[in-house]
Amino acid sequence: MIRRFFASFLSIIAVALFLTGCGKRNSGSSGYDAPIGEDGKKLMVYNAGNGAEPQDLDPQVVTGVPEHNLLMTLFEGLVSEDPQTLEPVPSMAESWDVSDDGLVYTFHLRENAKWSNGERIFAEDFVQSYKRMLTPAFAAEYSYLLWFVVGAEDYNKGKLDDYSKVGFKALDEQTLQVTLNNPTPFFLRILASHYAWYPVPLKVIAQFGSLTDKSTRWTQPGNMVSNGPFQLKEWSPNQRIVMERNPHYWDAATVKLDQVRYYPTEDISSEERTFRTGQLDKTNELPNAKIDAYRKNFPESLRIEPYLGIYYYRLNVTRPPLDDKRVRKALALAIDRESIVRNVTRGGQDPAYAVSYPGTAGYTPRAQLSGDLAEAKRLLAAAGFPNGENWPHVELLYNTSENHRAIAEAIQQMWRTNLGVDVQLTNQEWKVYLDSQDNQDYWVQRAGWIADYVDPNVFLEIWTTGNLNNDTGWSNAEYDQLAAAALAAKNDTERYEIYQRMDAILVDELPVIPIYYYKRVYAMNPKVKGYWPTLLDNHPLKYIYIEEEPEAAAETE
Amino acid sequence: MFRFIARRLLQIIPVLWFIVTATFFMIRFVPGGPFTAEKAVTPEILRNLEAHYGLDKPLYQQYFDYMGNLLLHGDLGPSFKYASRTVNEIIADKLPVSIELGAISLGIALVFGLILGVIAAIKRNSFFDYLASSVAMIGICVPTFVLGPLLVLFFAIHLGWFNASGWYTNIDRILPSATLGMVYAAYVARLTRGGMLEVLNQDYIRTARAKGASEFRVIFRHALRGGILPVISFLGPAIAGILTGSFVIETIFQIPGLGREFVNSAFNRDYTLVLGTVILYASLIVTLNLIVDVVQVWLNPKLKFE
Repeated sequence: MIRRFFASFLSIIAVALFLTGCGKRNSGSSGYDAPIGEDGKKLMVYNAGNGAEPQDLDPQVVTGVPEHNLLMTLFEGLVSEDPQTLEPVPSMAESWDVSDDGLVYTFHLRENAKWSNGERIFAEDFVQSYKRMLTPAFAAEYSYLLWFVVGAEDYNKGKLDDYSKVGFKALDEQTLQVTLNNPTPFFLRILASHYAWYPVPLKVIAQFGSLTDKSTRWTQPGNMVSNGPFQLKEWSPNQRIVMERNPHYWDAATVKLDQVRYYPTEDISSEERTFRTGQLDKTNELPNAKIDAYRKNFPESLRIEPYLGIYYYRLNVTRPPLDDKRVRKALALAIDRESIVRNVTRGGQDPAYAVSYPGTAGYTPRAQLSGDLAEAKRLLAAAGFPNGENWPHVELLYNTSENHRAIAEAIQQMWRTNLGVDVQLTNQEWKVYLDSQDNQDYWVQRAGWIADYVDPNVFLEIWTTGNLNNDTGWSNAEYDQLAAAALAAKNDTERYEIYQRMDAILVDELPVIPIYYYKRVYAMNPKVKGYWPTLLDNHPLKYIYIEEEPEAAAETE
Repeated sequence: MFRFIARRLLQIIPVLWFIVTATFFMIRFVPGGPFTAEKAVTPEILRNLEAHYGLDKPLYQQYFDYMGNLLLHGDLGPSFKYASRTVNEIIADKLPVSIELGAISLGIALVFGLILGVIAAIKRNSFFDYLASSVAMIGICVPTFVLGPLLVLFFAIHLGWFNASGWYTNIDRILPSATLGMVYAAYVARLTRGGMLEVLNQDYIRTARAKGASEFRVIFRHALRGGILPVISFLGPAIAGILTGSFVIETIFQIPGLGREFVNSAFNRDYTLVLGTVILYASLIVTLNLIVDVVQVWLNPKLKFE
């Protein structure tokens, strides 16, 4: 009996092993290879690693970067991004007018603006989409990105019940009017770059449940309707998302790829190995330890590109000794940023001596952190800590990660050698760390900020009093006034001058210590074309294609 | 025997209740919540979100709601992170993948482990024994997150026989299952060798040989039955380990299994998904332990259902 049990058990395993051994690589169904189209030709497929598994594909529900990459493939807003400069270009709207006071935008929708089910998109679709986004019961996390519009904030907070008082109006089928609170010169850039402004197919959503229910099935393959260059074909969670051409897209002639496949790749070492077997055309990231090897062995695949973001240390200015501006400046001056980017991060990052990113939509901060070590020591002594004497307990908090630890250790060492002060390193798991930040329960905290749209405002507005991302306790009346004045400025020249003064205040007061400006580091198949480095790492998929290698040449090699 | 099983089943209920309750409250007391994000949301939006998911109710109320839905409808609730999916769907979707990975790995572990162990025991203190024991020792010492990438480097990148990651065709099953199975094969080999050596010295083996039974019959008919007992008792913890330990393999090989959800749900503070996976794994483990206990008594006449 028992013998029979084992015998059958072993034979089952033997059969299973035999069967699993029978597959063949490159059999077309391997999940990575290009399928054959109806005309017998190989389809043009772009395989890209995409970080974490997306929360969902509803542009009004999600919040992350991986989701952004997927949504900008599936949807388009009133305007979209130029593939090289990211400047707004016509999309669902073929043109627009702005009133002289900069408050009223009138968008003229194109006649062939359509959903992927072939139905037309009207101005009212936008008005109603934004209503869903702002409905309090729907609880959209990015609804505040619409608060530039008259009445939007009040409606979202439940203080205003009448949606007709919100500044979205459909003047006729093809004309949408948006009225803003302030001139907001970067309004079109947000519209182009952020999915919070995409329209959603309300008729389709309503088929699957209430419009304000986040958990309906409308984002499933077969149900989902979108308006971008591609439409959803398959979504296998934690495995891959496949999109195919949308035949009803207004600019379908420009689209070259037949399929786009995104793979969730949380483990970046595994992603890199998958790239090396040729399964991926692009990785989402590249492990730091691999950068030098790629420089040497695969320079044609290595991409190091500017990325509109800054790595900095937040200082809690409510806790001594960091409440003293001289101490903050001494700490900021005692960091050798050149050494950090050269020896620690090693991904071609640029040292940062100001908070704003140089060259953001034509703006570069003039004020730079300056002073030598002697100055740092003098400031520290003046604050009552000559050579680090009497230095109290201070901790440096970072979220658990090899890279952050390496930087923190380098800076800890620099402060010890250059100033004689000791800080202790503390690491916390991501959400615990965010909780400490929210509760301002830290001394020094590593942090970073990545821009959502290309405008210096993104780096400067967060340090105003009461901004939810400030979290330093720092508050400066002059700075707040300047921030408000900037939003009301008539043109960019005037506005950028105000930003110069704000940047100067930041490097003088130093509620944050800038350390370096980010770079995007990843690997990409050199055959991918129609792809340009951009500051937001946005790459509109409709321009991308894979350069075909001449088949005969490949055979003879 | 039925009284034994019934009594054990009754013991399982309070154990599971305790695990569910403790997990429910522990995850709530961890700092950070499902909507804690780097770009902070305004208090009004956060209140809307909490109301949307019923997190604004008192905690005891949420607990009773959750237990009610669980016991009456088997409903594990919506996932907080994956907006359009329920926990039941995620488990139904991912568990079969983890079970497939686990079953193949366990098969590999038993086949290789038993063969290595038996050879080592028969050829005791010979070259084969030392070789088998060394292989087993290496298997135990090299963690999966080292072995996995090494196998990928050699077989996928260098030789080009496999994909480096993915879970699409049968051939994609080989590297991950081998990685996960090897560690357990090593334990099985050591346990089999030990068990066999003990049994081979017993009187009844000598009797069998004296009766003229063939060496093959002595080993596989008489000795293995007793020699395998340590392996059987190891199977319970091994299966539990393979199931929960699949997280590393699933991450290294990009496999859409439940192990990844189990670990990531805690990082995401996806309360309902944490609870759902904990309940599932806890039930699986207590059930498997019960089965192992039953099989052990059944195989070993020296033990009784007491």
